[in-house]
Amino acid sequence: MDEEYDVSANVAWTSLSHTPVATTTSPPMASSATHSILHTSHLALIWMIADPHLQGTGLTECILSGLLSVDGQKVLHMDRNDYYGGASASLNLTQVSNSGLASLVARRTAVVFEKEVRRRQERGGGDWDQPWTGRSYSATGEDYAVDLIPKFILASGELTRMLVHTDVTRYLEFKQIAGSYVYRDGRISKVPSTEMEAVRSPLMGLFEKRRARNFFMFLQSWREDDPATHQGLDVNTCLMKDVYAKFGLEPGTQDFVGHAMALWLDDDYKTKPARPTIDRIILYTQSMARYGKSPYIYPLYGLGELPQAFARLSAIYGGTYMLDKKIESVNVDPETGKFTGVTSAGETVRAKKVIGDPSYFGAGKELEEGGGKMRVVETGKVVRAICILKHPIPGTDDADSAQIIIPQNQVGRKNDIYIAAVSSAHNVAAQNVWIAMVSTIVETSVPEREILPGLQLLGSVLDKFVSITPLYAPTAPGSDDHVYITKTYDATSHFETVVEDVFDVWHRVKGEPLVLKKREVQVEA
Amino acid sequence: MSRTTSFKLVLLGESAVGKSSLVLRFVRNEFSDFRINHRVSIGFAGAAFLTQTVNLDDNTAVKFEIWDTAGQERYKSLAPIYFRNSNAAVIVYDITQPPETSFEKAKTWVRELQRQADPGIVIMLVGNKLDLSASRKTSTELGKQFADEEGLLFAEASAKSGEGVEGLFMEIARKLPANPPPTRTPASRQGVRVEGQAEETPSACNC
Ligand SMILES: Nc1nc2c(ncn2[C@@H]2O[C@H](COP(=O)(O)OP(=O)(O)O)[C@@H](O)[C@H]2O)c(=O)[nH]1
Ligand SMILES: [Mg+2]
Repeated sequence: MDEEYDVSANVAWTSLSHTPVATTTSPPMASSATHSILHTSHLALIWMIADPHLQGTGLTECILSGLLSVDGQKVLHMDRNDYYGGASASLNLTQVSNSGLASLVARRTAVVFEKEVRRRQERGGGDWDQPWTGRSYSATGEDYAVDLIPKFILASGELTRMLVHTDVTRYLEFKQIAGSYVYRDGRISKVPSTEMEAVRSPLMGLFEKRRARNFFMFLQSWREDDPATHQGLDVNTCLMKDVYAKFGLEPGTQDFVGHAMALWLDDDYKTKPARPTIDRIILYTQSMARYGKSPYIYPLYGLGELPQAFARLSAIYGGTYMLDKKIESVNVDPETGKFTGVTSAGETVRAKKVIGDPSYFGAGKELEEGGGKMRVVETGKVVRAICILKHPIPGTDDADSAQIIIPQNQVGRKNDIYIAAVSSAHNVAAQNVWIAMVSTIVETSVPEREILPGLQLLGSVLDKFVSITPLYAPTAPGSDDHVYITKTYDATSHFETVVEDVFDVWHRVKGEPLVLKKREVQVEA
Repeated sequence: MSRTTSFKLVLLGESAVGKSSLVLRFVRNEFSDFRINHRVSIGFAGAAFLTQTVNLDDNTAVKFEIWDTAGQERYKSLAPIYFRNSNAAVIVYDITQPPETSFEKAKTWVRELQRQADPGIVIMLVGNKLDLSASRKTSTELGKQFADEEGLLFAEASAKSGEGVEGLFMEIARKLPANPPPTRTPASRQGVRVEGQAEETPSACNC
């Protein structure tokens, strides 16, 4: 490493910086314990996450800052919240119900909590007249780590590769999700992932089983470099619907293959070349094969662990994290329109590039904020319901956790409904309490009714907190103004779309694709 | 037959009190007058922690997995994962500073640990920069008294001269349980092993 001692921030940090630096002279760190951002004014990148007024993304930015720090970029990461991870944080229920702290999902949830508590107080009675932390199903709110947006990790997916690539796995412990289910014809069943399971699956009738078995055998024996295993299909050119047709799969089978295994969000994939779908199904089956019960894993103590772990990774590689930092303005050069820096607490940090979530760039705000320019558009809304249960989800064999996907066609919708359930097995809830999140993309003016097919699968729900959040996406790639904006989390209950966004932003920022390989350990010279 | 047990030890305290310097002295017997960058103290880029083993007697050794803050204390961004499952904590202040500054900060760290960490955690309070005792501003009595009240171990040391450094880690080692419950050691990770996740240091080896 070219860096020996962090003698004065300037020298050391300049040597690592890939971009020209500002000329501020900072005092040596040793003599300064003030929490000033001026000392870091020459950083190449600034990251901001999770404006509490809007749903931030948190994890996307934390992954990116971790990866970019490992890549040798200087990263300054600022977060307005005083906890890590923005919307991907896990909050205990005391935090969730403290509207002063929370991001939008939490805040809206908190509003729902408060309203409900007040309503029941007015009616006089029940355990609702207790403060939240004294509620009957929890001795203390600390027993919970409620994910604001629960998502599961595909065991062989790209997020796992990122965790391994960066050794972030060191900070985390994972548990399997106990089951992956799909809804068909009014009930849920395990998603079969091998020809053996296909044959036993109650999802299909006798003849369909035989056809599905052939399809699974085709997938299992597929070898990329052996055309004999391709059964005459050129997956790069033929459409996925042709593959379905070749095996004669019913529409209901296509629903679970396309949505619960390939994890597509809609049916557009059918009229596209089969390659990505085949790849995704194989990824699913490989993930499934890794631990056996489901293709998904989940960190103990909740998803809030992930941004913390990537933040530590970034810090170890010289990145600087600042929590509780309010961003006053995003500055651009009036002539060129290019990003120049941000102002926080009266201090301006100069940098070449900025990455942030939509809330900093005009999402849901008047134009004078977010650098004076609307840089994001609303692409839809997500409805989410956090449900507290005292029992496992019916039909899951008492699983301590589960993912259930309700494919759009099964309930006459355009978007799938997702259910993600976790419990005390993951150190996120008290004993014998399950937390289930039901979510989907809003299609009507009564979003809560849209998640009903999901809610009905849960059995009796002890408590339910509904939130509706807008989804934003950037209007431009950022190459012109050096402002790179991430997407809002969608309704899916897995991380694949988040990871796509990480790859996309990396490509935009660096101008080259993100290539993950096992990190090489650099032994000091 | 000797027995080595691994324990996770975290460092806490205000920025620039000498946390990384104490680690560097203990692990590599080195000192630098410059601010210690995490990469230097850790030895190679990207390591989460470094290790040092002390022998308690002929057949008992304690292996410390020492977690430094990586500078995250500077902007108050130390996360709960940092303390998670820690068996011991060294909370450092600078005796050349008046007690309202780094000593006061050390007290808040003690409270933070009492709130967040495992109740069995061994906490050692350290007044550092003892080589500069001519310009001392926080008295030994003040540190000792607070440590006694809170049931902490206490030592004064100098990362620069090395005085007291090994001793303080030895004292922690002696205080750690000889046979920790398996759920309380770094090697006892629950859950599934993610592909590529390195084999952690075993909690006990017969070698
Ligand atoms: N005189 C003296 N200086 C020390 C001692 N320990 C650390 N320092 C100096 O204090 C500064 C901060 O040390 P560092 O280990 O980086 O502190 P940290 O931020 O707590 O990790 C550096 O300039 C060290 O050289 C000590 O025992 N005596
Ligand atoms: Mg240090």
